Amino acid sequence: MAKPSKTPVVFAPWEDETQKPIIQFKNVTKRFGNFTAIDNLSLDIFEREFFALLGPSGCGKTTIMRMLAGFEAVTEGTILLGGKDISPVPPNKRPVNMMFQSYALFPHLSVWDNIAFGLRRSSMPKDEIGARVDEMLRLTRMEKFAKRKPHQISGGQRQRVALARSLAKAPKLLLLDEPLGALDKKLRHDTQFELMDIQEKTGTTFVIVTHDQEEAMTVASRVAVMDHGKLIQVATPAAIYETPNCVYVADFIGDVNLIEGNSKKVGSDKYEVSWAEGQAALHGSCPREIADGTRVTYAIRPEKVAISADKPKDAANAIQGTVHDIAYLGNISTYHVMLPNGQVIKAQESNTRRLANRHFTWEDPVWLSFTDTAGVILTE
Amino acid sequence: MRRFSWFNATSLTLGFAFLYLPMLILIIYSFNGGRNVAIWAGFSTKWYGELFRDQAFLDAAWVTLRVGLMSSTLATILGTMAAYVIVRGGRFKGRTVMSGMLYAPIVMPEVITGLSLLLLFIAIGLDRGLVTIVLAHTTFTMCFVSVVVSSRLVTFDQSLEEAALDLGCTPWDAFKSVTLPIIAPAVISGWLLAFTLSLDDLVLASFVSGPSSTTLPIKIFSAVRLGVSPKINALSTLMIAIVAIGVISASLINKRSVTKRLKDEQEAAAS
Repeated sequence: MAKPSKTPVVFAPWEDETQKPIIQFKNVTKRFGNFTAIDNLSLDIFEREFFALLGPSGCGKTTIMRMLAGFEAVTEGTILLGGKDISPVPPNKRPVNMMFQSYALFPHLSVWDNIAFGLRRSSMPKDEIGARVDEMLRLTRMEKFAKRKPHQISGGQRQRVALARSLAKAPKLLLLDEPLGALDKKLRHDTQFELMDIQEKTGTTFVIVTHDQEEAMTVASRVAVMDHGKLIQVATPAAIYETPNCVYVADFIGDVNLIEGNSKKVGSDKYEVSWAEGQAALHGSCPREIADGTRVTYAIRPEKVAISADKPKDAANAIQGTVHDIAYLGNISTYHVMLPNGQVIKAQESNTRRLANRHFTWEDPVWLSFTDTAGVILTE
Repeated sequence: MRRFSWFNATSLTLGFAFLYLPMLILIIYSFNGGRNVAIWAGFSTKWYGELFRDQAFLDAAWVTLRVGLMSSTLATILGTMAAYVIVRGGRFKGRTVMSGMLYAPIVMPEVITGLSLLLLFIAIGLDRGLVTIVLAHTTFTMCFVSVVVSSRLVTFDQSLEEAALDLGCTPWDAFKSVTLPIIAPAVISGWLLAFTLSLDDLVLASFVSGPSSTTLPIKIFSAVRLGVSPKINALSTLMIAIVAIGVISASLINKRSVTKRLKDEQEAAAS
């Protein structure tokens, strides 16, 4: 991770002690009857952040968003916006706007009137409303469709109108509830970059809810991985991917090999994990102190595992196995290698050569190797 | 296309004959020139002229029209409010009982509703007249409005209202500027339904009407007891015409908006 003192260009207000968060959750709990949707959650979100809430459905991410918008009341704890408790403020008085999953465009109003809807209910003078709507139309490249009704435009265009409408009032905070869920894959990719662009241009703080980890990784400055109403890890996309703090996060984000074993300390933050009888222990690191003999999980990403025919000479970790399966994905191939103890380890290789020149095929004996910094040791 | 079949043709003819033959005969005889309703004496529109010269019928028509307009409007307001609370009020205590009770008057025998309303009006000392008929008609038509409006509200995307609140609307403003325009077709058809029901109600009106407030159905009913006059045929034909025009135009408007919307959506998807 970047050190804030040496690289001031990096946007990382969460590492700066002097920065005040725009949103603060303080021990927030939300219950629906007996069901606890949010469980004693504390979280700081900073100005100009693009913050992603990521988790499986039912993990409470949408509830967080609805509490910010004012559609759900907090059961316990407080939510501060710009230092002020927002629980007594009704949704229509909050400097927060939301882009809905269904877009919620008003079907009886034109694109222009949809965007002007919020402005007409603000203190903005009438003659400025037109200019602001036109500005929003330009920002989202929807000028040509101003007179159309929502059912007369395509899904991608509707998404842009919804974004324009929620940005029109220049909210302090914009909430996006699965904003790209209804778009097809290619359009979604393009729109992700467009969203980031617009976020940078307007300088608005964005909070996005998504269950698509790729989307969260692409757009967000920080990602919060949630499960059962709790935050599991809050960190930058790179930190979440490279140094997950538990098996749940490692498994939820991307592909990972998990090998269970017993740890033994061998250096300052170096550990050995003995995972199978007759096999050399795996070498890895963990910033936390682990007592010898603790049951741990060694997590290693498939793309960090090299595959070769002969045993590499100076690899920190090398395991022998046989090729069990090969998944060809075009740009990459994933080799499923069966170890002597029956466990399957995935190794990913870029297909720099044409398929016909592939090194390995089914049932080939191979060596898997990786450095001692490639894997992380997880205790939970 | 389906092949022509004698079975289908016969069932269709029989069915429609059963439904519309009585009305057809009524319409034909309304143009009868003779005084006797059962004997055809040449084409004439003289009974329509007679009808418009009969002050008693005109008065009754005027009463019916006023009752219909007032009661259907009142029923639409109350019924829409009730539907909104039932569909949108969340899970408050007694919601199931309340929604059941809202729809019960539909199956309640009108005689019972009429009698209980009559007893109520006597108990509170309300003189029978235009007001009591309006109140009685509102009572029994509002549940029909509720049914129509709530079926539209159920399919209504609730996030539209939340979006309106989010953009700065007060709850009332959100209802007025987002919910109401979208459910307007259902509200209008609820109003039309209430108006039609009020127009042809005989049972309730005969319980709660006063001497100065005879509605058209009561007038027709009492006139027929003295003998069927060709005037009644003319009047009934007019009523059939009004109802038919209303129903056909309402369904045409509805169909046109649906096909237009489908076409627009296809064009939007293709562009």
